[in-house]
Amino acid sequence: MSKETNVKTIDRVVIRFAGDSGDGMQLAGNIFSNISAGEGNEISTFPDYPAEIRAPQGSLSGVSGYQVSVGKEVHTPGDAADVLVAMNPAALKTNLKYLRPDGIIICDEESFTPANLKKAEYATENPIEELGINPDRILLVPMATLLKHTLADSGLDQKAMMKCKNMLALGVICWLFDRPVESVLKKLQAKFAKKPAVYEANAKVVQAGWDYGHNTHSSMPVYRIETSESAPGTYIDITGNTATAWGLIMASEKSGRPLFLGSYPITPATDILHELAKRKDLGVKAIQMEDEIAGVCSAIGASYAGRLAVTSTSGPGLSLKSEGIGLAVMAELPLVVVDVQRGGPSTGLPTKTEQTDLMQALYGRNGESPLCVVAATSPTDCFDMAFNAAKIAVEHMTPVILLTDAFIANGSSAWRVPEDKDYPEITPRFVSEEQIKAGWKPYDRTGEDFSRFWAVPGTEGAMHRVGGLEKDFNTSVISTDGPNHQKMVDARRKKVAAIANDIPLMEPLFNEENPDTILIGWGGTYGHLRTAATQLNAEGKKVAFYQFKYINPLPANAIETLKGYKRIIVAELNTGMFADYLQMHLPGKEILRINKVEGQPFLVKEIVDGVKKFMED
Amino acid sequence: MIMEDNKTTGFVPADYKNSQSARWCPGCGDHAILNVLHKAMAELGVAPKDTAVISGIGCSSRLPYYMNTYGMHTIHGRAAAIATGVKTANPELTVWQVSGDGDGLAIGGNHFIHAVRRNVDINILLFNNKIYGLTKGQYSPTSDRGFVSKSSPYGTVEDPFIPAELCFGARGNFFARSIDILLDTSRECMVAAARHKGTAVVEIMQNCVIFNHGIHEFFANKENRAEHTIILRHGEKMLFGKDNSKGLVQDGFGLKAVTIGEDGYTIDDVLVHDAHARENFLQQQLAMMDGHDLPLALGVIRDYEAAAYDQEVARQTAEVQAKKGFSNLRDMILKTCESWEIK
Repeated sequence: MSKETNVKTIDRVVIRFAGDSGDGMQLAGNIFSNISAGEGNEISTFPDYPAEIRAPQGSLSGVSGYQVSVGKEVHTPGDAADVLVAMNPAALKTNLKYLRPDGIIICDEESFTPANLKKAEYATENPIEELGINPDRILLVPMATLLKHTLADSGLDQKAMMKCKNMLALGVICWLFDRPVESVLKKLQAKFAKKPAVYEANAKVVQAGWDYGHNTHSSMPVYRIETSESAPGTYIDITGNTATAWGLIMASEKSGRPLFLGSYPITPATDILHELAKRKDLGVKAIQMEDEIAGVCSAIGASYAGRLAVTSTSGPGLSLKSEGIGLAVMAELPLVVVDVQRGGPSTGLPTKTEQTDLMQALYGRNGESPLCVVAATSPTDCFDMAFNAAKIAVEHMTPVILLTDAFIANGSSAWRVPEDKDYPEITPRFVSEEQIKAGWKPYDRTGEDFSRFWAVPGTEGAMHRVGGLEKDFNTSVISTDGPNHQKMVDARRKKVAAIANDIPLMEPLFNEENPDTILIGWGGTYGHLRTAATQLNAEGKKVAFYQFKYINPLPANAIETLKGYKRIIVAELNTGMFADYLQMHLPGKEILRINKVEGQPFLVKEIVDGVKKFMED
Repeated sequence: MIMEDNKTTGFVPADYKNSQSARWCPGCGDHAILNVLHKAMAELGVAPKDTAVISGIGCSSRLPYYMNTYGMHTIHGRAAAIATGVKTANPELTVWQVSGDGDGLAIGGNHFIHAVRRNVDINILLFNNKIYGLTKGQYSPTSDRGFVSKSSPYGTVEDPFIPAELCFGARGNFFARSIDILLDTSRECMVAAARHKGTAVVEIMQNCVIFNHGIHEFFANKENRAEHTIILRHGEKMLFGKDNSKGLVQDGFGLKAVTIGEDGYTIDDVLVHDAHARENFLQQQLAMMDGHDLPLALGVIRDYEAAAYDQEVARQTAEVQAKKGFSNLRDMILKTCESWEIK
């Protein structure tokens, strides 16, 4: 860092990398967030990619983005970017709306060719003027020329040279945010360990980008980002889907039940299948079935056979699995269903985020079929909630639906690799030898949790049949008796309600001064809501905040706690499903709503403004 | 473990039978099949505790309730997918699937062909009565064209599946066929199916006394049976008819039924059945004989051993695990992920 450079310290920064799918923007963003995390920053990332796998190069529909927020108190990838890196005119045009009004643009000026401008549907030859960008805010980098000079002796051809554009941009960004080039080189070395020539070229290019920023724009301020205090340990950058997969593996280790996944590819849940398929190296059996129905059914078979059984999907797949999940409700078998929510209905917006499967998860089955519904709040919380979902399933003999969403599933943040002692043991509800000797029946329930017992095939003396038909409460044989059905319906409902005894109580944040207003959310909107609540309280607007993770059952004290507030404001990415659900439990109480269904996460500003408006009323 | 010697298993049919009395209609073919299954299981000698019987929905799918094994009466059409899960999760179990023609080939058609293709080691008993019984008499995917039923009052205008053809089309490695009243043949087919590693399909021509009585009569009838059916046994001549007076011979690319001693045909011209052949051309022709011009083939028609899915999953998992040698999740993460320390 040169002495004369003006260094500004900031709490956090948001950078958005945008380019063609093939431009390597995700890799550049990923390396930047990783080295920032290594410097002690908190990180949150969010890829925003098109549904088309390879749209035409340079076209508006082919642009993909990758947003990274680093710094202190980072709970979201940021409402708007402080810096936009745009690799071509199409990326500039489509991503400008995500940049703050006073944000900085880094752009490849040599990509402004007539052909590219035409593909990006510009009317004039001057995109900067056409888009109304203040020229002082844009840093135009002649990328092709710089790459040609830097790599002149590398022996690479033109095409291979241009592939290094992302690293050039990364170099400039590293200069701007005071990141040492050496830490980038370390990452690249690991990535290209087997391709020294590729490493050499990329390393030179990163340095060239850094030097370019430093030499040509040394009057611009360079930012130093604040670090935060984190618990000591080993950290990695983890996406929500990977965290979900690993949380299930942790549950398998803690319960002694081998992990089985029956699944079918569907955006944005497929990475869970990918990860668990790789984890054959930990003994996981992850099988790709012929359809969504077979995915859940194979898992039900595996559950009957005594395994920790999981199926993973997204909204349309959850619809297809409904009947199977109903069987798991009736047979009272443990099962984890992971639903990574996306925009619906029908095929909807497959790559975008929403919270619109809540009612389907709660009620989307025939008959009285209660089950446990939980939701994860962040990429790293996916680990905990996958673990907890599995724990509840095998300890309470019930299917559990875990709701995540495209935003937290694809987003990432820094995560401390847990140690064995960090998670509790899981005790599957196996039938005991004494019970078998005493004449155990498959639907026997004891204790206050109303759960039946798990008798795994291979167990001597416990041969039994389960299925979708109603069974007699006492004898466990098929029964169509009316009063018996009532008794069984009640028992299954009580069983799910009893899970409330095993989950944490509701403890709102920012509650010290007994505010009369509470902001409520559930699942993946946590980061935005928490940031909004922090901001509101900092501005003197006293608002308590609570993000629900346990939806059915709710925490045991939730309804009583909520009754204590004058204003309950529920913010969610649907038209009011959780608000309606709470309303059922809080008759007569007005529940205020902040809703959005645009396939995009909330902006913090939208929450802040919405809460303020209700507080003024 | 499946015992190869049927005299020393230590189990008797009653060990597989529970106290529930079967609630199928009096005279239903399912009663006979159930009894034969108990006998076949005793002969195989797999303990009831290591046996799981998985069914879908329909009359035949009630069968697990009459077994003293592990069992699951599931949802319509999904038995193959659930059985695949049971077997893949725990390959030590012997897994049977019981489905009817509607359950297995209509609503469950996709799971059927994929189970067969995947070659998971389950034994599928396909009860074919060419009718929906439990919903009181609609045509099924195996009903013949023109079949009159409550849902086809003017006759169907669609062609049926021939289960064997579907099985071969899905690259099946085991196919056998029997008739509900032929107890020994059914038992032999079931035992062979269980001993076969991989998906085994046993089609049992079953009579629904209420809604489709006599549908199989023209070949099942005691008087016609010898002329209209042939029982195939691996390594034996393809003989049929009263006193085995007839045989099957090669006729160009097809088959022909001849009377031995007539038209110059001798016993030497009669084909020998090879159920174990990898090439399924001749087996498929045998399976497609319908009892009219050529006799309906019964017994084990194809029995070719190939790698079973559940075993392959287990093998691959064990191999990868041994190669990577991770002790647990944390170990894997620390050894494979880019990480940083915070002190």
